[in-house]
Parts: sequence; C-alpha cells; structure tokens
Amino acid sequence: MLAPALVGLAALAAWEAVVRMEGIPPYILPGPILVARTVVADWGTLFPSLLVTLAITGAAFLVAAVLGLALAVVFTQSTFIERSFFPYAVILQVTPIVAIAPLIILWVKWIPLALLICAWLVAFFPVLSNTVLGLTSTDKNLVDLFRLYGATRWQAFRYLRLPAALPYFLGGLKISGGLALIGAVVAEFVAGTGGAQSGLAFRILEAGYTLQIPRMFAALFLISVAGVLIFALLTGLSRLALRRWHESELEPGD
Amino acid sequence: MTAGAPPTTPIVTLRGVSRLFPSGTLALDRLSLSVVAGEFLTLLGPSGCGKTTLLRLIAGLAEPSDGSVEWSPDGGARRLGFVFQEPTLMPWARVEDNIRLPLMLAAVSAPESAGRVGEAIAHVGLEGFERAYPRELSGGMKMRVSIARALVTDPQILLMDEPFAALDEITRFKLENDLSGLAHRQRLTVLFVTHSVFESVYLGSRVVVLSPRPGRVAADLRVESPVPRGEAFRTSAAYLDACRQVSALLASAMEGPLTLTLSPRGEGINPTHAT
Repeated sequence: MLAPALVGLAALAAWEAVVRMEGIPPYILPGPILVARTVVADWGTLFPSLLVTLAITGAAFLVAAVLGLALAVVFTQSTFIERSFFPYAVILQVTPIVAIAPLIILWVKWIPLALLICAWLVAFFPVLSNTVLGLTSTDKNLVDLFRLYGATRWQAFRYLRLPAALPYFLGGLKISGGLALIGAVVAEFVAGTGGAQSGLAFRILEAGYTLQIPRMFAALFLISVAGVLIFALLTGLSRLALRRWHESELEPGD
Repeated sequence: MTAGAPPTTPIVTLRGVSRLFPSGTLALDRLSLSVVAGEFLTLLGPSGCGKTTLLRLIAGLAEPSDGSVEWSPDGGARRLGFVFQEPTLMPWARVEDNIRLPLMLAAVSAPESAGRVGEAIAHVGLEGFERAYPRELSGGMKMRVSIARALVTDPQILLMDEPFAALDEITRFKLENDLSGLAHRQRLTVLFVTHSVFESVYLGSRVVVLSPRPGRVAADLRVESPVPRGEAFRTSAAYLDACRQVSALLASAMEGPLTLTLSPRGEGINPTHAT
C-alpha cells in the first residue's frame, strides 16, 4: 500500500508545482489543491449528482449480474441455443454505446430508465461470457463422477457446474462493475439532461460550458473514486466467496 | 490366498468386449475377463492399451462397440466405487462433503450418511481432517479422500485407475500398504489399473497383463503370497520372483508378434525384455 501512495503523492506534488511555477490559469489546468477545495466547496451540488450516477450504475450492474447469469445458464443448456443467440450478445457488446445511446434515449421516454438500459448494455456481456466459460469448463472427471453416481441434471448443475463457475462469474462481475459506471456516464453525456435528476456527467458538461474547470476536475475525481470503490468492493466480495478454495485468492506461501 | 479355495463368484464379466473410438482407433479387441468377489485384480499394461477404457466400460461411462458387460447377480442397483488418476475432488467442498457426495446424490438420510462418512474417513486414516478443504491437503491425502468417497457407498466393486501414479514413491508405498490392509479387512473386490509391474504384483491377488493397443488379455496369473501385504513382502524373494515373472510376461506381450516368430525355435520368452 505504501509504494502506490508515495507515487500518487509525488505525482500530485509535481502537478501542483508545475501549475504554480508556470502560472497556468485554473481555467486551463487547476492544481490538485484547488480541485480538492472545489470538491469541498461544491459538495452540495456534486454529491447529489454522484448519488444519481451511482444509483444508475448500481441498478444497471445488478440487472447485468442477474440477467448475465440467467442468460449464461440458458445458453449452456444446449449448444443449439448458445450458437443461435450468442452472436447477438456479441453484436450488442461490440456496437459502441455512444452510437446507440441516442436511439435508446429517443425511444425510452423516462430518462433514468434509458440511462439504465445503456449502462446495462455495456455491463452485462462480461458476466455472460465469463459465466458461460465457467459453466462449460467443468472438470471432465467430476462430470463423469456425477454421472457414475446417477446425478440428475439438476443435481449436476446445482452441486457441480454452478460452484465451478462461481470464480468466473465473480471475475465477470469485477469487469462489469467498472463498465456499468462507464456506461452510465456515457449515457448521461449523450442525454445531457439538466435539473435535479442530473448525474456527474452533466455536471462535467455544465462546468465545461461555463468554464468552471476546477469543478469539472472535481466531478472527474468523484467518478474515479467511485470506480475505484466499486472495484474494491467487488474484489472484496470475490475474496470473501473464494478465499477458502480458489487458487486466485490464496495467500502467498499457502 | 490365505486359506481355502479361491473365491469363484464373478461380480462382473466382460464377454468379447471391443471398443472402437469414433476416430477409428480400436482400443479393446474382443477382451474377456471376469472379476471374482473378494479378489484384488490388478490390470497391468502399457500406456494406451485400453486400461482406462476398460474401467469406463465397467463403470457404465462408455458402451462397448461389441460384446457385453454382465453383472451378477443380475439386476438391482449396482454399487460402484471409482477412483480416478487425479483425486478429482470438488475444491469448494470440505473433505467430509466431498466424501458425502455419492450419498447426497442418492438422497441418503443425514444421520445415516453422517455415520457412513465417519466410517469411510476412519478407513483411510483421515480423522481430524473432516473440515479441511482439498487445497490444504497433500497429494497423498487428497487420494485418501478420493478412496474414502469411493468406499462410502459400500461398493460391490472398487474400480481404481492408476490412482497412485502421480505420487512420490514414499507416499505411494504407504498408500499401497494401507490399501492392501483395507481391502483385506473390508473384503473389498478391487479392479486396479496400473502400468507399474511392481505395484501390480504388490497389490494383486491376481495380475492380468494386457497387450498394447488394441488391448487383449495377454497373461493372467495369481500371486499366492498372503494378504494383507506389508513392507516385509516388498523385499521378499517371493515378491521379486513374481515381479520378474510378470515383467517377462509384460515384455512378451509388448513384443507380441516377435514372440510368435521366436517360439517355434524354442526361445520362448526373452528375459532381456524383462527390465
């Protein structure tokens, strides 16, 4: 923990020094101290916006996790289903969200729902593809063992395939958490809605229009912090679930 | 055999069994073999001779292309125990839950399965490790868990597919000793596949040698030394004699066509192949 903290501090100090020595005006590049002051000063505006963005991110992430898992289970029931539907999941994934967001916002009148759909589209694919991989890479000998002891399809799923896929599912969640935030922010940018229900992306747009660059940086900072916290939270969840048995969570020297 | 006549009730009989893989490879060629109740049959053969295929046919994990697998008494539920080359444990489940698996799948009541799991753990000497996870165990201990899981259903026949091949020699000797004692005490019927001459003789009351692919029975002999076997047997003259004999049989099986051409000239088995 010490090394990255030192690197961060050194970078911030250098940034502040350059801004002061070169006399760069705050509307071009504000120093970190000014950004920190702005976070505190504009907290009343920024914090509600952060909550709006986080609410969309959280909802999109939950739907992505549940639907990603459910779709993965359906896909792995037969190769016919997987072959028929998987390409469309890929198409949804590779189409840039910025390109479809305007359409979704046009079709779905209720903006929060439109934003949620955009964020979900970006977030669900890693869960789906990782979980499909997990459900189909079960140890062949264990599959034989279950067959040998007359396991029903349900038993083999519940007691073998599902737990074997758990590390893959959790790995998918870790990627999806960050993507849900990105999807939410991108969709907010496209929607560009003002008023009480506006998220951090709108605060960035707004600050850009009015040349309040320190506030823009403050909003950016909050988005990054939110992303890091989401990642830390999901990493913690993964560790909690896997620490007793999975290679990825073993302490060094175990 | 220790005393009396050799047991004669067959548990499973293979009659003219062939197995042709979809790739066109003939793994087994009209193989006939009978496993008799109470015997420890070791199946010895070179890599790729169809030993694993044979176990899978008996376990019902594969169907013969030709011939039949017959059980006696016929009908009723067959209770099999299977030990793979790898321990094949569920890494997310504790030792006791891994061992309980066959009972859980068969919906055996909790009190009954607790008792049987406890017995199986005692049989393989894993007391105190019930709550451990597989990753906390050594290779030998994982294999003990795998054996306990195979025993928990009180199987009519225990099928073992080179279970000790990946273990270091010291661990392997210990497990061989323990398995020999366990099979004797519990009157297990075991079909044990190996590619080690020494292991086949050490464990087997009967050694069946298979020819290289396509697998056929090349030799079938008894090892009369008393069971259970222990370290004293490992250095005894009887053991080394039997090993020499089985080595020669294996070598002649490997050199199949060559032996046929040599035999008429009276050279028989060539002992230089024996190592």
